[in-house]
Amino acid sequence: MASSSDGWIRRQGFPDLAPDANLSRGPRERLIQALLGLCALVTVFTTLGIAAILIGESVAFFRQVSLAEFFGDTKWTPQFSEQHFGIWPLLAGTLMITVIAALVAIPIGLSAAIYISQYAPDRVRRWLKPSLELLAGVPTVVYGYFALTFVTPLLQHVLPQMQVYNALSAGIVVGIMIIPMVASLSEDALRAVPRSLAEGAYALGATKYEVVLRVVVPAALSGIMASFILALSRAIGETMIVTLAAGATPKLTLNPLESIQTMTAYIVQVSLGDTPQGTVVYQSLFAVGLVLFVLTLGMNLLANRIILRFKETY
Amino acid sequence: MTEVQQAVATRFDLRLERRRRLGQILAVVLFFSTLFGLLVLTSLMVDVVRKGAPWLDWQFLTSYPSRNPEEAGIKSAIVGSFWMMLLTALFSVPIGVGAAVYLEEYAPRGWFLRLIQLNIANLAGIPSVIYGILGLGLFVRFFALGRSLLAGALTMSLLVLPIIVISTQEALRAVPQGIRESAYALGATRWQVVSSHLLPIAAPGILTGIILALSRAVGETAPLVMIGALTFIAFLPESLLDPFTVLPIQIFNWTARPQEEFRGLAAAAIIVLMVFLFLMNLSAILLRNYYERHRPH
Repeated sequence: MASSSDGWIRRQGFPDLAPDANLSRGPRERLIQALLGLCALVTVFTTLGIAAILIGESVAFFRQVSLAEFFGDTKWTPQFSEQHFGIWPLLAGTLMITVIAALVAIPIGLSAAIYISQYAPDRVRRWLKPSLELLAGVPTVVYGYFALTFVTPLLQHVLPQMQVYNALSAGIVVGIMIIPMVASLSEDALRAVPRSLAEGAYALGATKYEVVLRVVVPAALSGIMASFILALSRAIGETMIVTLAAGATPKLTLNPLESIQTMTAYIVQVSLGDTPQGTVVYQSLFAVGLVLFVLTLGMNLLANRIILRFKETY
Repeated sequence: MTEVQQAVATRFDLRLERRRRLGQILAVVLFFSTLFGLLVLTSLMVDVVRKGAPWLDWQFLTSYPSRNPEEAGIKSAIVGSFWMMLLTALFSVPIGVGAAVYLEEYAPRGWFLRLIQLNIANLAGIPSVIYGILGLGLFVRFFALGRSLLAGALTMSLLVLPIIVISTQEALRAVPQGIRESAYALGATRWQVVSSHLLPIAAPGILTGIILALSRAVGETAPLVMIGALTFIAFLPESLLDPFTVLPIQIFNWTARPQEEFRGLAAAAIIVLMVFLFLMNLSAILLRNYYERHRPH
């Protein structure tokens, strides 16, 4: 009964209709179906390709650099004569950028989501939402330019000791980049909260801000959390802003005014140079890529789970 | 009313007044937070135009890059970006739309479909620099396409594929079931239903997704840096296997230089890129608004 062509029919609840009735007559129909199925498989092969390349070259890397050094050493100096391959400085740089970006994007993005979904009149909403989405359309290399030539000089007026390449302005601009993501996904979650919840609270005599902050926002919390995780995963993977504005100095520091290096910026730095294929430096690119991949994949899966688990359970 | 009740009522009134005022303050704070993003966008635009406008002229648009900023231009980058967009569309649109049609209209529901869906959602969240690594390993090295236009376009196609698949699926889902049912009732085959009813009806939604995907492809830098797109290209690509450059790479290169003149050039190139992207985004938004108002019922 279950030929592959009867999916749509079964979804509609007509289980008794013969699967081949009229729907896939002739070889032409079957050829088309096979071609379309092949298109869908391209997406699977993409993932497999990414995994194969990252893992394949990383295995070669870890033959020369032990896992203990990779996760135990606190120095990352592949270009020096005395090579160290401790991932921590790159992870710390990535983490610092992500934290700064979160401090910018989460309050502003959530505020925008609450304002647009709960306060804005319909006419304002129709303008505001697409305008915010324009922020998401700005290429990251343009944000990088903005961070380096506008935000850094601006901040240097206030903090003269700040270096030209620094984590702070890169982090702030990464945060600005992910504002639309937080705002848009959180807004969807807020709008999905049933009106009856808010009306119940109003009936008990709550004022608007009490309804919004104590009923609607908590009810949408799972969707809001998922938007935070997805946005932070985007911040971890952001490349051009940090390459241009945060510098290329892998180090363990808590000072956001100094130059640092993130995992993505290191990957770009290696590929810009003429590193011969097969060397340990070339392979380190893939090992760092693998860490980045695992990290962002884990966060995306987590966000997916949160959305699925808490969907429509109010 | 007793005296106690009176006191309670007065206190409630006073508190209510305070609660309302708090709410008003909150609304104002939220409003200005929302405006922050637009403020940033505006200052970005003003800054770029202020620094870039003096460099933007006909000579800039029609010259090749040069070590002398006075003579430098973005001809090869404009042509490269144009080719990149065209080729990326050529690969990613048929595959993306085909995959979405298969997943929505053909695939049997079940764990395998759920797995593919999850995979596509995750692909959309993978950092673009990882796609660059994929392109480097698969197209540049394994298929030995070199640092060519073709390798870049294939990499970019894989990067934007999830966007096209997801938006096409949404567009297909929005087509009313009655249309499928009536077509099947008349004896249409599945492909006839898809090609003569579903795709035309879903076309505006699909087109919106395609435009957004292509504007992403035009603005992306990291994957092309990874596969080794060059910046100093003083010729136009003549075949798919020629090296190339694109606007974002040119901007990246000029921004990374310390000299003030080259930053001016970067700003001028940003103006060109942003005008182009703005027009693309605008058309996508207008198309979506139109589609939302004229949704078929």
